[in-house]
Amino acid sequence: MATLQTQEMELNMGPHHPSTHGVIRFILKTDGEIISECKPDVGYLHRSIEKIGELTTYNGFMPYTDRIDYVAAMSANFVWALAVEKLGGYEVTRRAELLRVITTELGRISSHLVAVGTMAMDVGAVTPFPYALRERERVNDLLEEICGARLTFNYHRIGGVGWDMPAGWDKKVLTFCDSFEKILEEFDRLITGNHIFIERLAKVCVISPEDAVDWCFTGPNLRASGVDWDLRRDEPYSIYKDVKFAVPLGTSDVGVLGDSYNRFVVRVIEMGEAAKIARQCVLMLPETDGQNPVPKPKTLKPAKGECYVRTEAPRGEMGIFVVSDGSDKAWRVKARTGSFCAMGAVEALSPGLMLADLVALIASFDVVAPEIDR
Amino acid sequence: MTDGGFVRQFLDGLLKQWGVTNDLVTVLVYGAGMLLFATIVLLLWVAPLAGFTSYFERRIAARMQSRVGPNRVGPHGILQWIADGLKCLLKEDLIPREADAKLFKVAPYLVFFGMLGTFIVLPFSEWLVIADLDIGVFFLMAVTAFVAVGIIIAGWSSNNKWALLGGMRSAAQIVSYEIPSGLALLAVVLTAGTLSTQGIIRDQGWAPWQWNMFRTPFLFTAFFVYFISALAEINRAPFDLPEAESELVAGYNTEYSGMRFALFFLAEWADCYVISAVATMAFLGGWQIPPIVPEAARPLVQVLAFVAKSFFLIFVVIWVRWTLPRIRVDQMMELCWKYLVPIGFVNLLGTAAWVAFVPPNLGLATATSITLCVLAAAVVLYFVARVRYNLRATNAEVSLNPFV
Repeated sequence: MATLQTQEMELNMGPHHPSTHGVIRFILKTDGEIISECKPDVGYLHRSIEKIGELTTYNGFMPYTDRIDYVAAMSANFVWALAVEKLGGYEVTRRAELLRVITTELGRISSHLVAVGTMAMDVGAVTPFPYALRERERVNDLLEEICGARLTFNYHRIGGVGWDMPAGWDKKVLTFCDSFEKILEEFDRLITGNHIFIERLAKVCVISPEDAVDWCFTGPNLRASGVDWDLRRDEPYSIYKDVKFAVPLGTSDVGVLGDSYNRFVVRVIEMGEAAKIARQCVLMLPETDGQNPVPKPKTLKPAKGECYVRTEAPRGEMGIFVVSDGSDKAWRVKARTGSFCAMGAVEALSPGLMLADLVALIASFDVVAPEIDR
Repeated sequence: MTDGGFVRQFLDGLLKQWGVTNDLVTVLVYGAGMLLFATIVLLLWVAPLAGFTSYFERRIAARMQSRVGPNRVGPHGILQWIADGLKCLLKEDLIPREADAKLFKVAPYLVFFGMLGTFIVLPFSEWLVIADLDIGVFFLMAVTAFVAVGIIIAGWSSNNKWALLGGMRSAAQIVSYEIPSGLALLAVVLTAGTLSTQGIIRDQGWAPWQWNMFRTPFLFTAFFVYFISALAEINRAPFDLPEAESELVAGYNTEYSGMRFALFFLAEWADCYVISAVATMAFLGGWQIPPIVPEAARPLVQVLAFVAKSFFLIFVVIWVRWTLPRIRVDQMMELCWKYLVPIGFVNLLGTAAWVAFVPPNLGLATATSITLCVLAAAVVLYFVARVRYNLRATNAEVSLNPFV
């Protein structure tokens, strides 16, 4: 009698699978529920953003940067503005800097809300997601009030911001920051301490600090592994040196340093810190009354040269490398994003995981498809 | 009047009118008549029941998630399920080209039948039960097994890898969890000394301390063992692995559309009622009501008591579903084989010993019941206090108005 043979099943997860957060495809080989191989296949959302950056003027590229990461568009705006300012040596008023930081940090809150909400949802807890989105609505309302858009903001400008804030906006931000701390506590009680949630995430997909550095992890994914590195604090840009905030790190209190649970908790704490930064900046705003945050519209022609600027975006380091040939268009634009590096680790981490763990792993990296592909 | 009495009288009258004396014809008419009546009752009762449960669930889920929920079709959206059912009826019934068409078509009916069959022995009152079978509980366990068959056929015949994974998960889950749930029900059967569902209810009383749940410490545990394993058997969260939408797209029903898809969901919601009703029957005193209720009102009050207890349990099922994350497949197996099955066996042995050695008229039995009642009440009070504490700590807005 011939011996029974089993063969590995090849599974095609994505590009339209519900938990791939956009259009990412994973080619899985599984033995039942256990994954033996997982190959991420990215590129379904590639829109040649970098090439567009070389074909449009410096100012004209700003709306496109929204599309690099549409969940945290402000951060992408910010880094493009900073890069061109550094290249051309353009001045920015302090008021504009403050408004940029406030909007970026609000954007970070809304981005992390989506991250933690979808992460809970991918683990099967549906309820935290609407709670997260409810708060995101409030952030979106604030941002809509200042720039008219709710998703792709196009608010920052090279040399400033698009508009000054409307009267009374700063009060509304303060009210939001006050209530947000309580909301965070509510969120913690809702899901963070949940026993099943911890069982599902703790000690799963552990990434050691060394591995995290080797894989070029940045942002919350890196800090969850215990590496104390935050560009806002360690390489302060804009006005970040004037604000005080804590940098949350992963711990081994509940699980193991660098597990999926740490990546969740770090993001939850970071939301609170972002609210603190926004509050400090709002309180600094009255000092700058009378300053004009809006730059004069003109065709920018930075001198020949190149520069790389990196910032701390919600999904890790977002950097822009831009080369100018002295004309009104950049000669080369390169964007560096956090999600792309995180995707690199999936293939190495996934063998031996259960199918459900892979979903939690992808969610815990907080990848956003457009940020991977650009 | 006993079970099916009114149906039997009607059929007897019919036979007399036709002048039939042949035994074979009599049996056939009885069979056909019973089936017809059963079908009418089931369809008139089960379909609206499943529909209302779906509405109930969606509303409660919405309120738990700070949403409003369905509120457009009918007053407060109560007719939403009819609109959804009609929509599903009108949709195209797609069968994938590569699917095994015959099995694909038959699978939803098996799942539906597995749910529908249980209503044959589920009583609603002392008088209202389709058939008070002597093997009631055994029949319940047997007929629900159709659900597993249906789901695994659905997963296999879809010829879709996600559906297959869902079907396999479901089969593994239902087969595993039938053991602890069976053991828990067996403990009840031991106590009552009968397999008949009506007999089990008659064995209990109207007051909480006369309910099976509070009779012995073993039955107290058995209730939780049953409830947890029943949740797993009907694939509800935190055991909704077979249809885990974030992992398996939609699990075993990925390829289904139209009415066949609706049948799966109808079965799921009706199953919610089934497990709640079985728990009510076996542990919570069923339709027992205080003797103070006047004779004329008893049938109605009994039905109300039974349905109210069941819907409270349905509420718990929904509550659990929208609160907890999903457990992983290995954790699900671990929970079953390492915890629930051993606990179930200990319960069974303990119950056997209790039945053998503790006479029911002894003071010990009553004292145990009352202690357990007090214990349960204390747990509930502690829970309420915790909820109040959490609400106050987060300063969350609470709106208890059910009509928004």
